[in-house]
Amino acid sequence: MKIASLDLAVHRLPTPFPLLHGEVRVSEWSAAALAIAEAHGRLVSLWGRDDRRGESGHFVMSAVYALTGGTLVWLDLPLLSREESYPGLADIYPYVIRQQRAVADLLGLAATGESEEHADSRPWLAHGAWSADYFPLRREAGERTSGEWPSASDYPFVAVAGDGVHEIAVGPVHAGIIEPGHFRFSVVGEKVLRLEQRLGYVHKGIDQRFQSLPASEGYRLAGRVSGDSTVACAWAYCMALEAAWKLPVPPRAVWLRALLLERERIANHLGDLGALGNDAAFAFGLAQFMRLKEDWLRLNKALFGHRYLMDVVVPGGIAGDIDANGIEGLLAQCVAIEAGIRELHDIYDEHAGLQDRFLTTGRVTTEQAMALGLTGLAGRASGIARDVRLNFPAPPYTELEFTLACKSGGDVAARVAVRFDEVFESLRLIRQILRRLPSGMVREELPSLLENERPGGIGAGWIEGWRGEIFVALTLAPGNRIARCHCHDPSWQNWPVLEHAVIGNIVPDFPLINKSFNLSYSGHDR
Amino acid sequence: MSLSSIFSQFLAIVAALLLAPLLMGWVNQWRAWFGNRSGAGLLQPYRMLHKLFHKESVVAESASPLFRFAPYVIFGCMLLASAIVPTLSTDLPLAPAADAIALVGLFALARIFISLAAMDIGTAFGTLGARREMLIGFLAEPALLTVLFTASLIGQSTSLSTIVETLAHKQFAIHPSLAFAGIAFTFVSFAENARVPVDNPATHLELTMIHEALILEYSGRHLALIEWAAALKLFAYSCIGLALFFPWGIAEAQAPLAMLFALPALVFKLATGGFLLALIETLSAKMRIFRVPEFLATAFLLAVIGMLTHILLGA
Repeated sequence: MKIASLDLAVHRLPTPFPLLHGEVRVSEWSAAALAIAEAHGRLVSLWGRDDRRGESGHFVMSAVYALTGGTLVWLDLPLLSREESYPGLADIYPYVIRQQRAVADLLGLAATGESEEHADSRPWLAHGAWSADYFPLRREAGERTSGEWPSASDYPFVAVAGDGVHEIAVGPVHAGIIEPGHFRFSVVGEKVLRLEQRLGYVHKGIDQRFQSLPASEGYRLAGRVSGDSTVACAWAYCMALEAAWKLPVPPRAVWLRALLLERERIANHLGDLGALGNDAAFAFGLAQFMRLKEDWLRLNKALFGHRYLMDVVVPGGIAGDIDANGIEGLLAQCVAIEAGIRELHDIYDEHAGLQDRFLTTGRVTTEQAMALGLTGLAGRASGIARDVRLNFPAPPYTELEFTLACKSGGDVAARVAVRFDEVFESLRLIRQILRRLPSGMVREELPSLLENERPGGIGAGWIEGWRGEIFVALTLAPGNRIARCHCHDPSWQNWPVLEHAVIGNIVPDFPLINKSFNLSYSGHDR
Repeated sequence: MSLSSIFSQFLAIVAALLLAPLLMGWVNQWRAWFGNRSGAGLLQPYRMLHKLFHKESVVAESASPLFRFAPYVIFGCMLLASAIVPTLSTDLPLAPAADAIALVGLFALARIFISLAAMDIGTAFGTLGARREMLIGFLAEPALLTVLFTASLIGQSTSLSTIVETLAHKQFAIHPSLAFAGIAFTFVSFAENARVPVDNPATHLELTMIHEALILEYSGRHLALIEWAAALKLFAYSCIGLALFFPWGIAEAQAPLAMLFALPALVFKLATGGFLLALIETLSAKMRIFRVPEFLATAFLLAVIGMLTHILLGA
């Protein structure tokens, strides 16, 4: 089949969105990356797995690309003769550097052949918690080796030289209760010349943990990769599992999943909008938005049994159904919340002090955003009109009327505006879903195959979470076992953009810029 | 020095020590109510001080003795400032120790020590905070001085007690110069007391802090003293404002019994001021740090206009 301008042996996987999968040789690996980039496609995610079985098998590198036509392409590169390196892609997609460093930390596979500008062999997720010759995702990882333990404190940050330049080190422990991450600012006075992030403090070994779980139970772990995106990530996992095992999903369950996804989006946007006001010392905004969010979460708890909707999306459907009363309650809440948000929208829009802080702060131009692969909400605020719900429509979004929220300012104000627009749009979607909800059952029983007779296979999930595109690649081993599950959070693309967004701004504006992206540490560090 | 004047001085100090945290609690309570929250209660600052005084003081290894004694200096400065501002009575034996100009000097002394202590530790945040504090200080002090000069010209003296006595007697005389000075003084008070829109006393974002960044490394009794000093500073500024622009109700030297009326009058005026402060803070967002110079330049300009109005028009 022709991919971009290249002939590759790929086949369609039974996913609800168009996904092609194929194996490539080393020469095709880089050529495909280049051809896709030239055709304005982009790299979504890069990961590796250990496919060695005793003397046979090899390491496999995988990459997923999104093509402009609304197709995903998943390419596997088997590293023949047990090589431990592969051609790096950072020259073509600079934002893949950190993913390559993570592969080197977890699997011991090095990216080679890159220009000096993009080559980076520093550790990323490894913080000295394991020895230098231990790779958590390798088959022999059970046995801990006794090699040299690297020190986490001698990480070489890039230094900026110049008259009056000094460094401010922030984190990983912050003054507020937030996730840990280290930020190294090089500043002159209050002006930021450079920001370098150091993440990986919440690496929990989730990829490794997946491999010891039954595939039918993996959705619970997937829903905990990043707690604020639990619906999106669990749905993506279930989508992957259902594709691999070819499980049917009842239509009502699919519609309810979309309902949950939109509710998750609104809950997070409400929290962020309040927090953005609070970061500009407008505590009134925080109090009001948190009140609305609390009502929202309480109804989640009442109808679905969990405030943040954990473990509601399950393989084969949904755990729990809503009745007519539930639908009434959800619709009534949409009306009540919308009135409150519209009022707060006006207050935010007309507050001179707040707008002064938001406008022109942390600007990411469309060109920068394209070059750096900015995705999701932040991308839409920088003029990149992309949304999985629109560009890769899977049911029920194929049947729903949906308008994309997009701004071109690229500053904090644009990200605030996109959040408001998306909240209103999600409320509209929720109303459509509730009015047209198909009847029927909400959960297909898993096929009664014996545990050890379940076939292996591969599948993938692709969901527009509230933060951006969440991709799950699932490789199953025979007998209900997970060979490799890779959960990709949009924060991988967006964290490096934050480093660019803050350049030229003043130090006290950083918290506002950071919050306007509100990226995941947990989902990134895994 | 009569017994009654010693008594009024003693009362003024006790009132400052006790009322300052209460004023803080009052402002915070109103901020909470304005945000539809129930709030921690009026007595929360006292509970905070009680807690901090009973906690161990952890001091950084790199700290010099300066870091240890700075809180005492700062607390002393603020207490003395509160003692010489006429709050209940103008009959204050300590008042000749410092006139309006020396009062500004007292605040500056505290500022210098808190900034030195912040830099002493060597953390990035302390230095960052010290730099910002100095930026605000050097812009706010001229404006504050000009406000006090205007009042001094009207009172023909730089002694706060004399100014208040003069102003309080001209009961219904309206001074346009003081109106300008009053607005300028309000601006300066927001900046000096680290309130929104200049600083955010409730923030946890270490990169945006000004006052909080200075004291990040303090704990235990040191922190308690600094928190108490901050409350005293707010109290002192409020009382300067009240004394200059709403001097009615403050007892004079020859009328010790008027003190009975002075205390409720002071509490009422402070309560109104605290309410307005919370209201303004709730309605404002914090400005960008480089807008602060514009904000304080406006204050300075208004103060100068006030003084010119007095000199040129005699108003």
